[in-house]
Order: sequence, then structure tokens, then C-alpha cells
Amino acid sequence: MGGPNENGNSGASDRRRKRLSEKQTMLVQKISDGTVIDHIAAGKALSVLRLLGNPQARGDTVALVMNVSSSKMKRKDIVKVEGVEISEEQVQKLALIAPQASVNIIRSYRVVDKKNAVPPKLLSGVLNCNNPTCVSVKEKDSVSPIFSLAEISPLSYQCKYCGRKLAEQDILSQLG
Amino acid sequence: MECILAREGEQMRRSGWSRRDVINILDFSRSDLESLFELAGKISDRPNSIRRSLNEKIVATAFFEASTRTRLSFTTAALKLGGKVIDLSPEASSVMKGESLPDTVRMLESYSDLIVIRHPSEGAALLASEISESPVINGGDGSQHHPTQAMLDLFTITKLKGHIDGLNYAIVGDTRYARTAASLLYGLSKFKPKKVYLVSPESLQPRIEIKTKIDELGLRTEKLEDLEEIIPEIDVIYLTRIQKERFPDVMEYEKVRGSYEITRNLIVKAKRGSIVLHPLPRTNELPSEVDTLPNAAYMKQAEWGVPMRMAILELVIGGAKG
Repeated sequence: MGGPNENGNSGASDRRRKRLSEKQTMLVQKISDGTVIDHIAAGKALSVLRLLGNPQARGDTVALVMNVSSSKMKRKDIVKVEGVEISEEQVQKLALIAPQASVNIIRSYRVVDKKNAVPPKLLSGVLNCNNPTCVSVKEKDSVSPIFSLAEISPLSYQCKYCGRKLAEQDILSQLG
Repeated sequence: MECILAREGEQMRRSGWSRRDVINILDFSRSDLESLFELAGKISDRPNSIRRSLNEKIVATAFFEASTRTRLSFTTAALKLGGKVIDLSPEASSVMKGESLPDTVRMLESYSDLIVIRHPSEGAALLASEISESPVINGGDGSQHHPTQAMLDLFTITKLKGHIDGLNYAIVGDTRYARTAASLLYGLSKFKPKKVYLVSPESLQPRIEIKTKIDELGLRTEKLEDLEEIIPEIDVIYLTRIQKERFPDVMEYEKVRGSYEITRNLIVKAKRGSIVLHPLPRTNELPSEVDTLPNAAYMKQAEWGVPMRMAILELVIGGAKG
């Protein structure tokens, strides 16, 4: 029972941040089982929820905390979903919408797994090229679009086939 | 005479050309290119020394876009080297029935030793090279790359000016959609040109990914709208046609149509010994009145397309075990 709480903090070195974070997290009640996604850039919680397939529409309990202060990010959003554990594929996509997000999987009120949403260096079949004459668009039935990470901040990916870049806004509009 | 090509070709194959795809000029080092120019020079200077190194080899040409020089120079090159050529005519093949590009490439690969492909989609040649075990040569993919044209352009400059380094270049016209201009800029980045001017209206300046790439490669370029301002200092004037077929919007094309045309009166102000190049075909940007000036080098450039493509074929599949 000595594991970290659902926000994943465990050390004593950042007690102040922990207290602040817990205070904000307590704006909504703790979840017993499910997923807590913290450190989402402010304003992107709804995009994250869409990425998760709008679990509230399926009747799952969802909590959104938006625009709370954060020592790391100034302002951030938090999403909690009761009874749903995020998949690896969703974590990969989450990294494209909220590159700094941290994901905690909760079971019996304890964090049992912790994942960081790190934008992958290579993306296959996740994003589509927005160049209408790119071969990955023209031959989309037989070619999987492949992108390489061009920049972390602001996030951008470059199409392997035509060299065009997808900017953060393009990525968000495809996934969010 | 015959053994010159055999020896040169063999040495260069060992240096890394053998069975290599030719998709993007940036994949080749300066040394690779200089070796190529040396061999192409020997072929053009001593055409009787040609070894029929493509004997028993079949080259497939698959041009999904119109072509005169690239297709015919590759065909001529293959035939001169003793090879055979099969040609896919998309309009008379299963492409018209909706066959995918990967399936078409798989067929070409099984029928030939090398594929030369031109396609309107950016990345088509790269995709073909991922599918085919046989080497693939990019004869132009959309507005992205035309590596063998850039190799020919640089070879022509070497032949006529003696070197590429230290010269001033003006690339005039459509640097946004002309793949020849993009590939030439990438090719120049392997050398040390003194200055490269990009002469065109703002809307025809290079796309962001081209500009970012050439900046990363350290190629110094300067935007300009009027060639006349700088023509006395330019050594190589490279003209391109406005690529009407690549404009996403006809109205945008109409805005820039005819926005630059050189004239005989302008070229006579050029530096003594300067040359005018054009990948051809030309439209009104290069009137025939320029043809008789000593600077006009574009017909020679087109003619050297054959020895250049012979050198490429010789290095990639000449004598190599398939």
C-alpha cells in the first residue's frame, strides 16, 4: 500500500508540488480503477477525451479538470476516466496531442503503471499526409503513411514520401 | 579503348554505385557525383570506347507522365550499352483498369533488371524502390525530385565551366513546383557555389520544406525578382518552365503566367563566358532568339543526357551480377 498516489508522485523532494497537485486533483474524487492523464497542455482535455473515444458517451464516469495551475506547465488539464485503461495505441496518439502528458493506470486506488506520452520518432499508419499528390494519399489502399519526427516543440512530423510537414494544428485536427 | 569503360565502371561500382537506387541526389556524396561526371565525360568524349556492358540486361521504363528527353535518353543509353528496353505505357496497360502502383512495380521488377519510373505523385519512386529488388531510377516524382536531371545539369556545368565551386548561379522561374530546380539546389549543396540567387515572384519561391532543407545543408541563397539586377555577375543562368500542371489552383497559375521571360537583349548583358541552361521543354520563358547566342547551352545540355544516363546505367547495372 506504499505505492504512489494516482498522480504518480512518490518522492519527498517535491512535496510542495505534490500538495498542490493533490489539492487540484481533489477537485474531483479519486478513482478506484481506470486512467488518469495528467500534464495535458491547457485547453486540450476535450481533444484527449475525443481521442479516448468519448468514454462519457458510453456511460463511463469521466472527470475533466481544466486550466489548473502547474509548476511544470503554468496551466494544465487533467482527465480521469473510471473503469477504462488506456491502450498502447492510444498512448502513442496521446503523445501527438499532449506531448508532455503523463498517464497513470489505477487499480484499487493505486498507480500500477505509469507511462509518459513521448512523441515517437517514427509513425506508421497513424497520421495521413495532407499533400493531395503524395503517393501515400494517391495509393492509400496499398501504402501506409510513414512520418518521422521533425520537431518536438512545436510538434511537427515529416512525411517520408513527399517531405511535407504536418504542423501541430494539422496533427490535432486529424486526431483530436 | 573498350577497356576504359570496363575499368572505370568497375572501380566506381566498387565505390558504391552498384545496384543502387537513384531516388534523391542528396543520397549521393560529392565524390560519387564527381566519379559519375568523370565517366560521363569519358563516354561523351570517346563514344567509340563504349563497352556493351548491358548485354542481356533489360531496362523497364514506366512513365506515368509525359517525357521526351528523360525517357528517350534512358532508352538510347540502354540500347547503346547493348541492353534491351521494355516500356510500360500506362494508358495502354492495367493501370487504366485501376491496378495499384505497388502491383505494377512488382510486375516490372520481375520482367527487368532496372526500372526507370516517372510519376506525378511525390514519393512514387521511393515507394517503387521499397518494393523492387531491382534498382529503381527516379525519372521525376511530382514536384519533388529529378535526380538524374540535376546530375546532368551539374555535369554540363563541369564540362563547360570546368568546375562547380566558386560560381554564381541564378535559378530563374518556378522554384516552387519545378523538381529540376529543387534537385539542382540539393545537388549544388554538395559543392561550394559562391552564391545562388532564386529569381522569381514570391509565389514561385521554393516550398518551405525545400527552403528548410537547403538552409540546413548550408547552401547560401538569396531571393530576387529581377534577373537584370544581377546578370553581370552570374556564371550560370538556369531557367525553368512554370509548371502549370502542378498548380493546385488555375487562378494561381494565371497570376504568375508570363511573369518572367528572358530576352536576347537581357542575355547580351550577361557576364562573358556565362552559360544559359534549361531542363526543357521550354515555353515563352526562353524565346528561340536566345538560341544563337554563345551563352545558350541548353541544347548541348540535352544532348549530354545520353552519356550521363549511360554512365548511370553502367555504374548501377553494367556488368553487375543481377
